[in-house]
Amino acid sequence: MADFDQELDASGLNCPLPILRAKKTLAGMEGGQVLHIIATDPGAIKDFEAFSKQTGNELMESKEEGGKFYFLIKKS
Amino acid sequence: MTDKKLAIIATKGSLDWAYPPFILASTAAALGYEVEIFFTFYGLKLLEKKMDVQVTSIGNPGMPMPMPMPVLLQTLPGMQGMMTAMMKAKMKKKGVASLEDLRSLCVEADVKMIACQMTVDLFDMDSSDFIDGVELGGAATLFEFAGDADITLFI
Repeated sequence: MADFDQELDASGLNCPLPILRAKKTLAGMEGGQVLHIIATDPGAIKDFEAFSKQTGNELMESKEEGGKFYFLIKKS
Repeated sequence: MTDKKLAIIATKGSLDWAYPPFILASTAAALGYEVEIFFTFYGLKLLEKKMDVQVTSIGNPGMPMPMPMPVLLQTLPGMQGMMTAMMKAKMKKKGVASLEDLRSLCVEADVKMIACQMTVDLFDMDSSDFIDGVELGGAATLFEFAGDADITLFI
């Protein structure tokens, strides 16, 4: 697991909450810092890709493990 | 960040149809869109401080039901309240945000909300019953924003 600066547990939350919480958490972070997100919504995989493309915050990692989804997003 | 604009016209005042405007507006705002929602006719109910919206299966054959139920039974008094309670419980269980939460997220994200003056007057609604920050306007107000919008949705 790569290093990260903050963690957001969005487990149990459904669309669009994981994205909205991630956006809110990123807003309080510095450029270059990395946010680790845990989600259980299967839609989050595509949504975080789209979020990253449209906001310019780099999606460094996206993986599934044991029914949970993990993302690393670097704030631009 | 994108500098795109999204305009939404919200015309429905039921629990199920209240979701699309607030989900799309809050998500677009999170993606950096500038968002404006124009609430007209029954959509105005979504602006009331105490958002009292319900869901019904009447006239909605596509609504999934926990058990088959003849339409005449669905019309019985209390059925709409029961369906609303069941739908809200299901949404909570599945981690779907409440409408109040989604609306607050929209407000936080500076989603601009316009109430249609004509329908406010038509239904004798009191704009002081609306949440703070709502502006009143007409069709021309909508087009001032929607004319420059990248996406305009009628819901």
